[in-house]
Amino acid sequence: MSAPARFSSTEPGGLTGHLDGFVRAVREAGIPVGISQAVDAAEILTVVDLLDREQLRHGLAAVLLQRAAQRPTYDVLFDLWWPLSDRPAAGGDEDGEDGEDREDGAAGESTLDLPGADDPDLAELMRARLLQLLLDGDDEALRRFARAAVELLGRAQPSPSGQSFFSYRVLRALSPDTLVSQLLAGLLAEGDRGGLAEQVARQTVKERLAALRAAIEAEVRRRTAAEKGRDKVAKNAVRPLVDQVDFLRAQSSDLAELRRAVAPLARRLAVRLSARRRLGREGRLDFRKTVRASLGTGGVPVITHHRPRKVHKPELVVLCDVSGSVAGFSHFTLMLTQALREHFTGVRAFAFVDTTDEVTRFFRPGADVVDAVSRIGREADVVGFDGHSDYGTAFEVFADRWASAVGPKTSLLILGDGRTNYRPPGIPVLADLVRRSRSAHWLNPEPRRLWGSGDSAADRYGEAIDMVECRNAAQLADFVTTL
Amino acid sequence: MARPPTQFPQFSSVGDVEKRLSEAGYLPDAQISTTVFLADRLGKPLLVEGPAGTGKTELAKALATATGSELIRLQCYEGLDEARALYEWNYKKQLLRIQASQGTDGADWNTVHDDIFGEEFLLARPLLTAIRRTEPTVLLIDETDKADVEVEGLLLEVLSDFQVTIPELGTVTATRRPMVVLTSNATRELSEALKRRCLYLALDYPSAEREREIVLSRVPDLAPGLAEQLVRTVRALRALELKKSPSISETLDWAQTLLELGLDTLDESAMRSTLGVVLKHASDQVRAAAELRLN
Repeated sequence: MSAPARFSSTEPGGLTGHLDGFVRAVREAGIPVGISQAVDAAEILTVVDLLDREQLRHGLAAVLLQRAAQRPTYDVLFDLWWPLSDRPAAGGDEDGEDGEDREDGAAGESTLDLPGADDPDLAELMRARLLQLLLDGDDEALRRFARAAVELLGRAQPSPSGQSFFSYRVLRALSPDTLVSQLLAGLLAEGDRGGLAEQVARQTVKERLAALRAAIEAEVRRRTAAEKGRDKVAKNAVRPLVDQVDFLRAQSSDLAELRRAVAPLARRLAVRLSARRRLGREGRLDFRKTVRASLGTGGVPVITHHRPRKVHKPELVVLCDVSGSVAGFSHFTLMLTQALREHFTGVRAFAFVDTTDEVTRFFRPGADVVDAVSRIGREADVVGFDGHSDYGTAFEVFADRWASAVGPKTSLLILGDGRTNYRPPGIPVLADLVRRSRSAHWLNPEPRRLWGSGDSAADRYGEAIDMVECRNAAQLADFVTTL
Repeated sequence: MARPPTQFPQFSSVGDVEKRLSEAGYLPDAQISTTVFLADRLGKPLLVEGPAGTGKTELAKALATATGSELIRLQCYEGLDEARALYEWNYKKQLLRIQASQGTDGADWNTVHDDIFGEEFLLARPLLTAIRRTEPTVLLIDETDKADVEVEGLLLEVLSDFQVTIPELGTVTATRRPMVVLTSNATRELSEALKRRCLYLALDYPSAEREREIVLSRVPDLAPGLAEQLVRTVRALRALELKKSPSISETLDWAQTLLELGLDTLDESAMRSTLGVVLKHASDQVRAAAELRLN
């Protein structure tokens, strides 16, 4: 089942049918594609050069996608639906690589296509070639190498269900990470170790290794799809979009990406709040100015001038659980706090585990968020007793020491999972805080159905305060728009 | 799907786009040239989104140069309204006209009325100008995300039919549809409806290879070795979690700076003294200095 067969298919609807399947897969991966976009996609097929795979990829992306974050998911699906053919460049290059693929591909293959795939010498040979490729930094050659490597090294024992390929087998055989020191030596020919040059070289090596890994994984996916059907691969291979990643289950690889996703969100929130502030900027008529301006038009007040509205400065108090159980979540909410601090002066942040401390000082405008978060852990007085969340005590300490922080102009934002470790939840204190504030919200990173289970007091808190489920960046964005 | 006014496609193939944009001083990658080609062929507006300084506005300018069109630019900002984007009546002039005719009794109401709502008193703003032009035009709507949501509605209307109705004058339809490029920094999500009508092009920082070519084509006097070093350093900076990653234009500024200072290598001391060219937040500079071991 190779794509070229499908491409050259003469039956009517073959290609459109294929496109339809692709569009549906894109939709299933959580990228909204409307009917008109699907129609446009079909129109794209009539305009682009179908023999150029990259043209098709970018062309379809132009109509199907609406956000940059959707691109990685789209690329995985595209590679599955419009795969490279197995036979490199036989006849016309339906597999889409540029023309140079042919000569180079043949040359690359000939040195690699050795008999005896289990030979340890082969792995050595491949490693030597890989080292050279990584030093050269030619992406195209690296991709071809990855394809050959999967073919030669990635095969598992054939099973009745068919041939399987595994990226870990390839990576184990090549162990590219052990090449780093050699690569650095190669890139730093002038011998300036340490310092700037080495840091820069390390980054280059990191990028190239990541590209290799991605290429190997893509090739394994392609082979598996050819073997077992692409629907099966599509389900497993497609990672959730960044804004759908659960805060509490985010892995360290997701964290950096999530931070990047939350950063514009924070900026958007700030823009939104300031837009709200400026909305209806026309206040009362400025009579003096209007009369003056009317002199230019012969005394007819064509343009009226208004006094600027008195700006209501939003005062925001953020009270954030920073205990280990919600670490991933609090990280992002603190980022939001930081962004708000940069735009508004009236933001105060408090963190708590089993006692509360003010952390506003760590979020000076211009401060680094990652830094601030680690400093909160080190310097702020948030652990009084055993380091397990104690909401009751935390609320009491807050209400007691910073009684004036919450007033009739203040919006109160509480962030936490509401898991009290079976300690008193301190609901009366919270209810009092809510009553004193202008508005109060609680963002809970746990799914709604778990509220109130075990030591969670979320359901009881929910009666005292407006509690909102906020498990991923998308929900955070939704909340932001209602604020 | 009304695309009434026809326009001859400007480009014959994706390769043609690439060639002519390169000649105009803009080095496109496969994604950019394909999307531009499609925008031209399908006659759809092109929505370019990406971080600041990745060459969005530059693309529109290069397009205008490459196709020999005039660039008409509508810069969006908060509070932009129809009067600034589409057209406005020149009130002051109208008033003068009325006052001037007050003494003479020959001017009856109808002639004055017809007169003051004529061509002479119309101030055409960028959108109307672009629609009325008969020569090839590139309409650049810059920083669309900065405009209010209401403006999007206006754009939707103008961009789908390429016609504007002025109550006093009638409907103005484009005789030659301009090529439309919208840019956005994604500070807010544009409406689905607007995005749906456009071809979407996400511009990100370029690959190392392409960025090196850009640097060498814009700062041709720079030694290739130094360009390579510069680009790698900029990529290392982008990998850090900075508040504002260095953009392409800042890379170019940096290249220019190194050239002006006569530096032939980018070592620690050179970088320390010129870091301000690429990093413009104090915290970013501190962070970069620490991570890249500048001290």
